[in-house]
Amino acid sequence: MARKLRVVIAKPGLDGHDRGAKVIARALRDAGMEVIYTGLRQTPEQIASAALQEDADVVGLSILSGAHNHIAPRLMELLKAKGLDDVLVLIGGIIPDVDVPRLKALGVKGIFLPGTPMQDIIAFINTHARVRV
Amino acid sequence: MKTAAETDKQRWQRETLEPALKNAPERAKTFTTISGRPIDRLYTAEDVDAVTTNNPGEFPYTRGIHPTGYRGKLWTMRQFAGFGTPEDTNARYKTLLRAGGTGLSVAYDLPTLMGRDPDHELSLGETGKCGVNVTSLADMETLFDGIALGDITTSMTINSPAAMIFAMYLVVAEKQGASWRTLSGTIQNDILKEFIAQKEYIFPPRPSMRIITDIFAFCAKEVPKWNTISVSGYHIREAGSTALQELAFTLRDGLEYVQWGVDAGLDVDDFVPRISFFFNAHSDFFEEIAKYRAARKIWAEAMRDRFGAKSDRSWKLRFHTQTAGVSLTAQQPYNNVVRTALQALAGVLGGTNSLHTNSLDEALALPTAETATLALRTQQIIAYESGVANVVDPLGGSYFVEKLTRDMEDGALAYFDQIDKMGGMVDAIERGFPQREIAESSYRFQQAFERKEKIIVGVNDFVQADDPPIEILYIDESAAETQLAKLERLKRTRDNDQVTRTLDRLRSAATTTENLMPPILDAVRVYATVGEMCDALRDVWGEYEEVPII
Repeated sequence: MARKLRVVIAKPGLDGHDRGAKVIARALRDAGMEVIYTGLRQTPEQIASAALQEDADVVGLSILSGAHNHIAPRLMELLKAKGLDDVLVLIGGIIPDVDVPRLKALGVKGIFLPGTPMQDIIAFINTHARVRV
Repeated sequence: MKTAAETDKQRWQRETLEPALKNAPERAKTFTTISGRPIDRLYTAEDVDAVTTNNPGEFPYTRGIHPTGYRGKLWTMRQFAGFGTPEDTNARYKTLLRAGGTGLSVAYDLPTLMGRDPDHELSLGETGKCGVNVTSLADMETLFDGIALGDITTSMTINSPAAMIFAMYLVVAEKQGASWRTLSGTIQNDILKEFIAQKEYIFPPRPSMRIITDIFAFCAKEVPKWNTISVSGYHIREAGSTALQELAFTLRDGLEYVQWGVDAGLDVDDFVPRISFFFNAHSDFFEEIAKYRAARKIWAEAMRDRFGAKSDRSWKLRFHTQTAGVSLTAQQPYNNVVRTALQALAGVLGGTNSLHTNSLDEALALPTAETATLALRTQQIIAYESGVANVVDPLGGSYFVEKLTRDMEDGALAYFDQIDKMGGMVDAIERGFPQREIAESSYRFQQAFERKEKIIVGVNDFVQADDPPIEILYIDESAAETQLAKLERLKRTRDNDQVTRTLDRLRSAATTTENLMPPILDAVRVYATVGEMCDALRDVWGEYEEVPII
């Protein structure tokens, strides 16, 4: 039997508003995924290392502070350097429309804005993520 | 006809209600508040037999702390604002004051809130984004340039580095020629709710509490009109608590601060009158009103009976209210104007002393000047057009509101018992108790939303496909670049020997029990940065790391 999907939920940057990160972590766990929540204030380096160590299939970032334009490029670069470019990367939070194409071009596959039902995120992961071998 | 054994309500149920229900069933089996509290169909005199019939301006102040309500003075319309550089925010303040705002409220950015300078690695991409960046006294001088601090009141949302930022404010006032004794305003300075909800902590709980009692003692002597703390439920609620949890944890935090002040040797009536509160105004109208009314009563009784406060100034709970940011939607953002107006009305009917109304675009970005002005106009329409400010506590005596008020009080006191048994709030936080309670409530609400048991208009019902985008305030990287350049220049031009000397002095004071405000003021005066001062204390106390609770 295939193992469960492994998801690292991370909260990068200085912001401490973790309601969204915690709710999504729990919803994914209830949906049968293996969820690792990194806790607060993770640098892109720490998140990439967590993805490697935890054999993550999915990395979900919660960013509300506007720091995504700095964090996402750095994280994508680090994931690539670690050979993790097939990990599905998602961002949830407050992301201005103008930034969405730039993040997608970097390889962020899903961007989820406030009010997104958990079911939509679960369905997106189930459609796009693969258990990495 | 009423039978002998029946109350009037029972007779009504039998004769009128039951036949009606047979013909037309209700929309749902149970009705609950947004917090999940069940609500009965009807409240009557039978539900409120134990209601206190106190008067406004009299103990325990359920009906308000002023005998004249808003007939004497309206609430302060205080709009929270800050973004980009101190120059950007200074211009916004001048706009708000010109538009009739009656107080300022400073939003700092995340590096400032976390005691990091713009050149720290964790500040990457954060400088000036969620608020204004203030790195040193030089920034504070710019922030209030052309605004006479002796003439206005200022609220500052700052917690872990509150002592440093407050010291900067005091030095700017001094330079403007304003006496500290007449300065009036508020620092949030509420570290407990940071551990519980907002998570912008730096130092561990116990040294953090020591800074706060140092500020209490310093202000009682030097800045007697300053509100030394704004004990905040706002962030607890935004993190997903229920209305009751917001009330209970906030007031229990308040008791904790009072206890620590007393333990530090202060007289209750010397510092408690300067403790203020800050609550959320969420969407469930009557539940919110009941929350504010219960808060006043619980505080008054706790101060008198638990701490033996003799001054009525210690008994009177004063509070600021902000409408619920978390209730705002990115979808159909104009709906947010209506949400905010209703929430603001709840705050006013609950007797708030000051109010911030959110702007319609806040689920998307920080507000533009236009949306911030509209938010202020919302308050002005309530104050000057609706008529609700003409009468004191207009909902007093409502069976429903009185019953909810009573239930809120009972529920909060039950939480107090639980927390007292754990040894107090610091101990409860160290065990993760309030954090776990809030995480549960927030997940429960999310599930109710997913199942459409709770409707959010435009999000899980009444959805509109072609939602036209609105113009938002986009903060680019220029603020960060400006602040970085200023910091570099500052480090070249200030007297760095003096900076080192004052920071060493602060470090050594932190190892003793002496009051930290004087050494912090000394460091501020020679332009030590927020990051440097916080680092000095990090050297002594270390940093707090939480065990996350999902």
